[in-house]
Formats: sequence, C-alpha cells, structure tokens
Amino acid sequence: MNTLASILASAIAASASLMYASTGEILTERSGTLNLGLEGVMLMGAVMAYTTAYHTKSLALGILAALLTGMAVGLVFAFMTVTLQANQVVCGLALVTLGTGLSGFIGKSISGTTLPVSFQKIAIPGLCDLPFFGKVLFRQDPMVYALYLLIPLLYVFLFKTGPGLRLRALGENPAALDAAGIRVYFLRYIYAMGGTAIVALGGAYMTLAFTPTWIDNITAGSGWIAAALVIFSFWNPLYAALGSVLFGTVNVLALRLQMTGIPISSFFISMLPYLCTIAVLVFSALSFGGKLSKAPKALGSYYDREDR
Amino acid sequence: MRNNCRWSLHFEKRERPAWYIRVLTPVICILLAFFCCGIVVAAQGFAPLAVYSRLLKNAFGSSFSFLESVLQAIPLIFCGLGVSIAFRMSLNNIGAEGQYAMGAFAATGVALFCPWLPEHLLLPGMILAGFAAGALWGVLAVLPRVTLGVSETIVTLMCNYIALLFVNYWCYGPWRDRTGNNMPYSPIIPEAAHFPTFGSSRLHTGLLLAIAMTVLVFLFYRCTTRGYQMRVIGSNPLAARYAGLKVNSNILLAMALSGGLAGLAGVTQIGGVVFRLEPDLPNGAGYTAIVIAYLSGFNPFVILLVSILFGGLTQGGFSLQIMGISSKIVTMIQGAVLLFVLGGEIFIRNRLVLVKRTGEKEV
Amino acid sequence: MEKQPLLEMRGITKRFPGVIANENVDLTLYPSEVHALLGENGAGKSTLMNILTGIYFPNEGTIRCRGRAVSLDSPRKAVELGIGMVHQHFKLVEPMTVAENICLYAGKCGFFLNKKRMNAQVEEYARRFHLAVDPSATIQQLSIGEQQRVEILKLLVSGAEILILDEPTAVLTPQEANALFDALRQMAREGKSVLIITHKLGEVMQVADRITVLRDGRSIATMPLAQTNQDELTVLMVGRQLETVKRSVERQAGEQVMMQLSGVCASNDRHLPALRMIDLSLHAGEIVGIAGVSGNGQRELAEVMAGLRKPTAGRLMLEGRDVTAQNSRKAIADGIAYIPEDRLGVGLIGKMDLAENYILKNFAKPQSSRWGILRKSAIERQTQAAVDTYEIKTAGIHTPAGLMSGGNLQKLLIGREVAEDPKVIIAAYPVHGLDVGAINSIHKILLEERHKGKAILLISEDIDELFALSDRIAVLYSGQLSEPIPIEQATVETIGLLMVGREGGMKHEE
Repeated sequence: MNTLASILASAIAASASLMYASTGEILTERSGTLNLGLEGVMLMGAVMAYTTAYHTKSLALGILAALLTGMAVGLVFAFMTVTLQANQVVCGLALVTLGTGLSGFIGKSISGTTLPVSFQKIAIPGLCDLPFFGKVLFRQDPMVYALYLLIPLLYVFLFKTGPGLRLRALGENPAALDAAGIRVYFLRYIYAMGGTAIVALGGAYMTLAFTPTWIDNITAGSGWIAAALVIFSFWNPLYAALGSVLFGTVNVLALRLQMTGIPISSFFISMLPYLCTIAVLVFSALSFGGKLSKAPKALGSYYDREDR
Repeated sequence: MRNNCRWSLHFEKRERPAWYIRVLTPVICILLAFFCCGIVVAAQGFAPLAVYSRLLKNAFGSSFSFLESVLQAIPLIFCGLGVSIAFRMSLNNIGAEGQYAMGAFAATGVALFCPWLPEHLLLPGMILAGFAAGALWGVLAVLPRVTLGVSETIVTLMCNYIALLFVNYWCYGPWRDRTGNNMPYSPIIPEAAHFPTFGSSRLHTGLLLAIAMTVLVFLFYRCTTRGYQMRVIGSNPLAARYAGLKVNSNILLAMALSGGLAGLAGVTQIGGVVFRLEPDLPNGAGYTAIVIAYLSGFNPFVILLVSILFGGLTQGGFSLQIMGISSKIVTMIQGAVLLFVLGGEIFIRNRLVLVKRTGEKEV
Repeated sequence: MEKQPLLEMRGITKRFPGVIANENVDLTLYPSEVHALLGENGAGKSTLMNILTGIYFPNEGTIRCRGRAVSLDSPRKAVELGIGMVHQHFKLVEPMTVAENICLYAGKCGFFLNKKRMNAQVEEYARRFHLAVDPSATIQQLSIGEQQRVEILKLLVSGAEILILDEPTAVLTPQEANALFDALRQMAREGKSVLIITHKLGEVMQVADRITVLRDGRSIATMPLAQTNQDELTVLMVGRQLETVKRSVERQAGEQVMMQLSGVCASNDRHLPALRMIDLSLHAGEIVGIAGVSGNGQRELAEVMAGLRKPTAGRLMLEGRDVTAQNSRKAIADGIAYIPEDRLGVGLIGKMDLAENYILKNFAKPQSSRWGILRKSAIERQTQAAVDTYEIKTAGIHTPAGLMSGGNLQKLLIGREVAEDPKVIIAAYPVHGLDVGAINSIHKILLEERHKGKAILLISEDIDELFALSDRIAVLYSGQLSEPIPIEQATVETIGLLMVGREGGMKHEE
C-alpha cells in the first residue's frame, strides 16, 4: 500500500536506529566529547546483541549486551580523550575500524543464521485504532515504543532539569563548572559512556528488530549519517528525531521508487541518503550563517585545568 | 599538626622526548594491541598463537607470499601518501576509498573507450585520467569547507559511499561485460593497458610508480615552496596567518594532490591486478591507509614500509579464511593498533609523575 | 581590638619550569575590608590567586582559613571554604541566562528547573548588594559591566565570604567602575572580605582599606591606606627611585612620515573596544616608544599596524597611501615588519628548524627559491649569515626552533624581519624574558635599523628600555594614547604615573 500512513509507518521503523544513534551522540557531544566512532559502536552493538540473543534465546539479554558493549566502548573513548588527551577525531576513526573488524570477526560464526526470537511489531490495543496516527505510530515493535519514551525524556532532562543544565554548561564552558567545584572529568566520562550505550542500541535495533539478522557491515554508513544528524538537529533530541524520520522517509520512498520500475538505476537511488547528509550539513552551515555556531563551544577539545 | 599526605598521578610535560621513547612507545602499544586482539580471538574459540603464526607465515613466509604482500601493498602506498598530505595540513580526508574508486573508474574508461589513443600512450593516459578523477573527487568534497566552513570529515566519507555506488552502477549496468557469464565486471582492458610485470610473477611495474610517488612526495615537502607552505599551515596555522600565507588555496591543492594519489591506487589496481572494473574494488584500502599514514607519522618512506607490512597482514588475513576466521580480523587488529598507539602518544609527550600533596615531586 | 583574620597565606612559594612565580609571599585578609593587591604584570598576582582558588598547588607555604590550616587542592575545596573569584576572562556560559549561570555555580538548581524561583532568588541578592541585573537575560546580550555583576552575584549567592576580583575595571567605563566600587563597599559592610587585584593606583586610593604590594613574585609591603600615599606606592610597585635615566643616543630628526594613524579605533578578540581614537605618526629614522602595562591595547595596536586586525574606525596611512583595509600579506609586501610578543607561538614555528623559520616571510622571493623549488644552499647561507651577524648560539642551523633559548629565538626573529629591508618595524616587547646579553644585542639591532632610516614602533613595559632607545614616547592606557612627546621633555616619573592611570598628560578625561 502506498498510502501516506503506511509510508510514514515504515519510515519510523526505518529511522529508529538513526534515532537511537543520534540521540546517544547528542548526549556525548553535549558534554564536549566528539565521538565519530558511531559506525563502529553500532556495528559492535549489533553483533553483540545478535550473538547474545542467538545463544541465550533471550532478547532482554541481547539488549543488555548491546548496552554493556556501548558503555565499555564509551569508557575506552572517554579514557583516551579525557584522560590521555588523544585526538578525538582520529580516535573515533580508530573505533570505526576496530568496530568494523571486530563485528566482522565475531559475526562470521553467526552469519546467515536466523534469530529464534526477535522483536515483532506489536499493535497497542486501543491506540492502534486511532485514525491515521494509529497506523503510523502504534503498530511498531517495542524498541520503537521505547524511543517514544526515551526521546521526550532526554529532551526534558536536557532542557528542564538541573543535571541537564550542568550537562549543557559542560559542553559550552567546562572552566565555568570547574570553578564551581563540579567534577568536569567525571561527568564527561559518565556522559560518554551513557551516550555511547544508547548509540549501541541503534545497532542492536537493526539485528534484533528491523532486519532481524546479522549481515556483515549491516549499518552501511548510518553511523556517519547519525553524526551528521546531530549537527543538523542543533544538538536537540526532538529535532534529531525529526531528522531521522526524514531520512527514514527518504529510504522508504527510495525503495518504493525502485519497485515501481522507474528508469533511474537503483544505485543512484541508494545514493540519496548520503547526498541528503551532505545537503543537511551544508544547510546547517548556511543557517548558522555569520552567527555564533550553535555547537557546544567546548566540543572536541580536551579540558586541562592547568593550561596556561 | 599532621600534614594530610595524599598521592596523585599527574602528567608532566617532557622537554624533549628521547629517541628511544619515541620508538619504544609505539612498539609497546602495537604489542598490547595484538595481545588484546588475542584475547578476543581466544574468546571465539581459536588459539591466538596459532592464528598469528599462520598470519605471519602467509604474509612473509615464502617468496611467493612476500611478492603477493607487496602486491597488496601498492594501493595502500598510494592511498597512504595521499592521506598523509591531507592530514599534514590538518585536513581529515577520510575519502581515500572513494577517490581510489573514481581513479579506477577513469582509468578503465580510458582503457576501454579511447581507441583513438596510440597504444604507447594508453598507460600514461590512464595514469593522468585516474589522477585527475581522484583529484576532482577530493576537491569536490572539500568545497563546502572552503566556502562554508563545513567540516570535511563527514563529507569525504559520504563521498566514499557515493563513489562506490557510482562505480557499481557502471559495473552492473552500461559497462557490464555481456559476453561473459553475466558477472558485474567490465570487459578486460586491452593488453597495451596492462602494466608490465617483473618476470613471471604477478608483481607489476605499478610498484615503480608507487616508489616514484613516495620519492616525489618526500621531495615535495623537502624542496618545494608549496610543500613548505603546507608544512607551515599544518604546524601552526596562526603563524601561517601572521606570515601572510593563503590558507584556502592550499587546502584545495592539498586535497587535489591527496585525491589524485588515491586515484592512482585505482589506476594501478586496474592496470596491474584485475584488468577490469569490479564492484567494491578498494575493499577498505582507503580506510587502512589512514591507519598506515597515522602510524607512519606521515613520513613517506615509513608509509612505504608500513604499507608493505599491512599488505602482508591483508595477505595473511585471506589465508585465515580456511580456518573459518573472517578476514575482517585484520581490520580489527588495525583498529586496535591505531587505538593503542593513539593512547600511547601522551606518554611520549609527557611523563607520568607521582606527586605528594605537600608539594614535593617524586617520579 | 584585634579581629581574627579570615584568611592567612604565609610563605607561599610556587615554581614553574624556568620561573619562580611566587616567592615567600604573605597575605592576610580580615572580614569587612576591601584589600588591594597591587603590582605590575609578572609580579605574581595571578599565580597567587590561582593558588587561593585551588587551581594551583603551592610548592611551599601554609594557608589558614578562619584560624584552621587548610589544603586548597581543588576548586571545590576553595568554593566550600567560601572563596570565590571573578577572573579577567569571565567564566560564564554564554547562551544561558543570568539566573541559570548563578544557580549553576551556587548549586541551587534543584532537580527540576523552576525559572520563577531562580529569577526571584537572583533579584533578591541583586537588590541587597546594589548589583542591578536582569535575571532572564542571556549572557550574550549583556554588556561587560553587567556580565561582571553576574560573576559577582554568582559568588554572593553561593555564600562566598572572600571575593577576589582580578583587574575588575580593565573592562569598565569610569561610571561603571564607580558603581562597582559602591557595590564592593556594600559587600564589605556586610562582613565580606573583598580582594581586588590591580595595577591602577587611582582605584586603590578610591576603594581600598588595606594594600599589599607584590613585585617580582615577592610581597614587598602591606599597610592600611591611611598610612601611605600614591608616591610611596608607585615606588614600591616599580621598584626604584624615580630618577632620570641617561640617554645613550643622540636624537635624530626624521622628517618623512612613514606611517600615520588617525582616529583609529579597534576591538579586541572579545569584541570589546581596545583602541580608542589613536592618533600617531611614525617618522623615518626614529623610534617611538609606547609605554604601558600589557593589556591596555598594545597587542591590538601592533596588529592593526601590521595588517592583522581591521580597525573599526579611523585611517591608517603608509607613506601617504591609505592602507586601512589591507591584510597581512600586503602589509608584509609593503615593507612592514612585525616582531610579535609571542615568539614561539606566532612568530616562529617550534617544530621547524632555524633555516625553515628564517625564510618564513621570504620563501617565495628569488633569494630563497626559484620556480617553486627552495634553494637550499642559498637559504643555508642566509641563515648562517644571520647566525653569525647576530651571534645566535645554536647547535646548528638545523636544530628545531623550539629548543632554542628565548634570546636566540628573538635574535633570529628580528634578523629575519630586518633582512627584508622593511620600511616600518613594529616591535612588541622585544626583550621580554631575555638575559642582559641578549637584551643588549637586540637593542643594538634596533638602533642600527633606526640609523638606517627605518621607522620603529617599540612597545614595552620597561621604562629603562624605552628611555634608552626612544626618540619620542607615549603611554597607552585603557586604549587611549597620550600625546607623544620628545624624550628630552619626558621624565620617568610622568611616564610611570601615566602607566598606572594617574593624571597628567592623557588627552581625554572622562
């Protein structure tokens, strides 16, 4: 069916992994740490979730595995960038390489298998019969429903709570917090770990719910798209969610376009998400214009109290 | 009055790191990386030492495997040189993969569709076209940075996916060899477009081109005013500004050179190994090159050496497939090595000091 | 009646690699007083304050707070003890509101942010301490004076008893400064101890109860205001009896005006006014000395003249040509040489060797390259010639610049700039941090260039140096330049007083 509702419903399902990844990265970047290793983190989360769920036949353990993997990677990244003061961009690249290799290596043993259990779409009784929105929003699988809670929660946390205020200040001016006696290093660790854990869930969604199987390099660059979305969303979870749905819609439309037998090669249609990402970045730069960039000012640089 | 005596660890800057620190630290980091990967390997049920020894044996164990490793290294050398030019100017060019593909595309185009070109000019034509295509692809990716200040990191990466899809289109579509068994390959390029080989081995003279480029890049930085400018901008952008250097035009040139070199990887791979355009030709070489460039400290001759080592790793990685191990293990090792070396850098710049809170210092 | 001191620092010593920032410093603060910490740049004031706020840890010495010995090993500790500081560069989160910044610092946010409650709290404190602010305005929207009030309120709301202000009037107009002093006195009345760090004597006389003078890292004297006067304080700060220094060189008249500034105004990196209506003319064959404490617009003046900073108003003329809008590349081509204050960060590249640094400005010219290829032997010859001429001590022209001593670096830098045969030379603090021998060499070079007919602008904090070398001298204070006068007509006393803001010679009085 090509109705708007079915397209949007598919779009939301297709965008969930981007939503997890971009929201998690917003958390990390708001604290001032630029983790570009999203692609690697998602792959690692995906493979660990799948392997755990495959062997234990428990989806909950699969999710847990993804979360723990994300936290571990976040810990390593925080250690390297906050304590060892390594170059954040190259560190992120190293994570992508490591994640790609690790996931390929571990994934070999479960490649081609099917998961005994996976997340199925569940229609929420009552809500799913609402006109239009019922079809779009309430016939999704549980990981998408989790997002319905997670994203508003993160938004409220970030903009309406004391700890959220501190997080935003952390990314803008860590010196101000340090002078107030707030533990800058500790907080950066916490948010790097937490943010990366959520990013890993984005990978887990692909192997536990969306596809659900393990294919080598299953993310195909969506980690990088998520990184671009963070910029596009002005580091705001609600806008990131909207942006993700936008990308999801593009993907779904592209697929349907291919099926209608349009004379444009499927390869060019597949380029759309990547071209969109570049467009999104250019658009963001244009809308920043000459004004101060909306990026957290302390993003990407390590904080050294004794810097003279 | 009791003095509250507490110990804490601090980093203290070294005045000038001794040479043995600069060499030992990365070596220790590399060993640590192999060790940690060994743990992962063991967790998957394989014996790490057996895996590593098989890896090394098939990398450099025999003259055959050595030549094959060097063969694998040739595109890595080109991409590594290209990446190093960009990174030396603090440009995050992750797009070597796509620039490689575009170079291959242009080279194949010249080889297959320029019958009007005299035979002895076919190879030079391919080289020129491949370089130009890679250069153009690199410059395109950096235009948003030069005009709008958009970070080139993500844009160059997106261009990778776009380039690979673009090449796949031609392989599966217009350039597909109809006479064959319907595989997505282009027709074989004519004999005149093949790089001559050394004797009876598969090793082709593209290696000479790679060595020549290594020397050229070295001379570029050492002897030319342009190379000098780029070094200044990369070392200290503020001083460059004070000295009146033009930053933007240097960025464009650096990306052109960087992309062009990566494009040459595609040229030599087409003309020396596969002799036709295939999908996913780079197979990760553009990303590996970043690891190589960084580990080599962006020194052209070290890049040459490290590329051969990594070529060996890749070659050895193929042989592990018989054991049921994905060749991605090599990527994992590369990532781990980069990570550990990155982390170890702080120990080169600084030394770890134990400080007593009364103010005295102890190492 | 002996009040118990709120804070006692005894014998504080702090060393950094190569320099002793504080040596055996004593400082005592009592409640209900405004205490001024007086000293020139480099006297050690900032280091002492960083120790007091827990950012640095002293190598020796003790600190007692309310009678008990304390160890200030982190900013948190300092905040807990009630010590708060308003830095020269404010530590505010710019996109956030006043109330958010204050509650962030004071820890009074609660879990859910309640804007009304936060705003009300801020307003109450503002009224109590005579500090007018709008709690819901974002920091970006505020003027510098208002931002400073926010910084002070931050400390008060968090319960600070000891408030430190670092050069508070550096960014204020005289009216704002008076309002600030009023607020400070109010705080003292409420029992707080206020410590203001400054080099401006006028303010000290206006607002301080007691004064401590720092010089060269040591505490020289402490006394109540009533027991001292401006002359005595000047002598203590500057460290010598004010007497005229013998000029070593005959003044030569330069006729041709090489460079002219008319009504030049400029902003600094934080978009605050740094230069106000500068009029200056530089003649061939003369050295014009610019005296003043660093931070009063010196860097901006040098950068405007070198083409690195565009003036917001006024005109810049080079040999009669309008060059106001020029960039640094054209300025270099026109023959303007700049010796920046930051040798290794801006003038030279530490990772590169002497030869590569030497050609930084002339690498494209025929003497250093042909058709894009560097002429190695020619470059080496040039560099070696400079090394010989200026007696630069080095292990070889291929040693990295980062390893050389300050004096040799500076000789290389000046040698490079001078080799281009410039018309104008702008030298900012050229002998800063150098030993006597190097200072002598640099001065010789400058005098030689003056003899050759160059126009030289010498920016310095060292009155001796300025008197020894300048033909004419002026003082830069708060972005304003005093009327340049021939050196014979100037006395060390008048210049010294102008540097600390005392009257006599400033063109514009508010």
